[in-house]
Amino acid sequence: MRAGEIRVSINSDQDIVTARQRGRALATELGFSTGDATLIATAISELARNIVSYARKGEIALKMVNSSSRQGVLIIASDSGPGIRDIRQAMRDGFSTSGSLGLGLPGVRRLMDEFEITSEPGRGTMVTVKKWKQ
Amino acid sequence: MEVPILKQGEVLIATFQAALSDADLEHLRRGLVQQVVKLRSRGVIVDVTAMDVMDSFASRTLREIAHMIRLRGAETVIVGIQPEVAFAMVQLGLTLEDVVTALDLEEGLAYLTQKFKNTD
Repeated sequence: MRAGEIRVSINSDQDIVTARQRGRALATELGFSTGDATLIATAISELARNIVSYARKGEIALKMVNSSSRQGVLIIASDSGPGIRDIRQAMRDGFSTSGSLGLGLPGVRRLMDEFEITSEPGRGTMVTVKKWKQ
Repeated sequence: MEVPILKQGEVLIATFQAALSDADLEHLRRGLVQQVVKLRSRGVIVDVTAMDVMDSFASRTLREIAHMIRLRGAETVIVGIQPEVAFAMVQLGLTLEDVVTALDLEEGLAYLTQKFKNTD
């Protein structure tokens, strides 16, 4: 584990709460506004929920990132679950295969500034998102 | 985590105390519907003032609570959604559709009182 990196293993619905609380605490510590800290916590909640619903277990990693002029928070949600066969379809509003609302991924993309997803069927999924401090 | 349910006349008031897990929310849904039946309540107020995150599961559960209680013939009002929570919900694409919302507990109670008057 690198310094300043928080890792939360996601195995149950209680871990979803833990992950988003840790995320909010980190965002607040970094000086994000309450509004942005709420967006970050909400995004973490959705990403962690996808892990519980589709992969059963995985991990959320949170850390501070710096570019030349700004500071932000990086969130990596990873699992070794079934993976996503059609990412373009999964990124469409209203798409779901687990009976959930299916708003997760496109919604998370709207909450954050940067969004990246890689997935391999049978191997797992990794979603990387960033939010920059205003 | 237990969510306390208070009875005030014909209204039940459930106050979310802090971060609730999915299991807590499901427990609350079951508890509220049971209490509405048992106490023959006509209205339910769910106070979410303390809730700092309203994700897809939480808003779906709130909608289900309101719909179940409506089928029972009572009305639900969600009160106290914080401005930043409302902003995040809209960004996420979540709506409470046809669920009644009010600014706070006082306005929620006023809404229900008026509603009961009109239907008496």
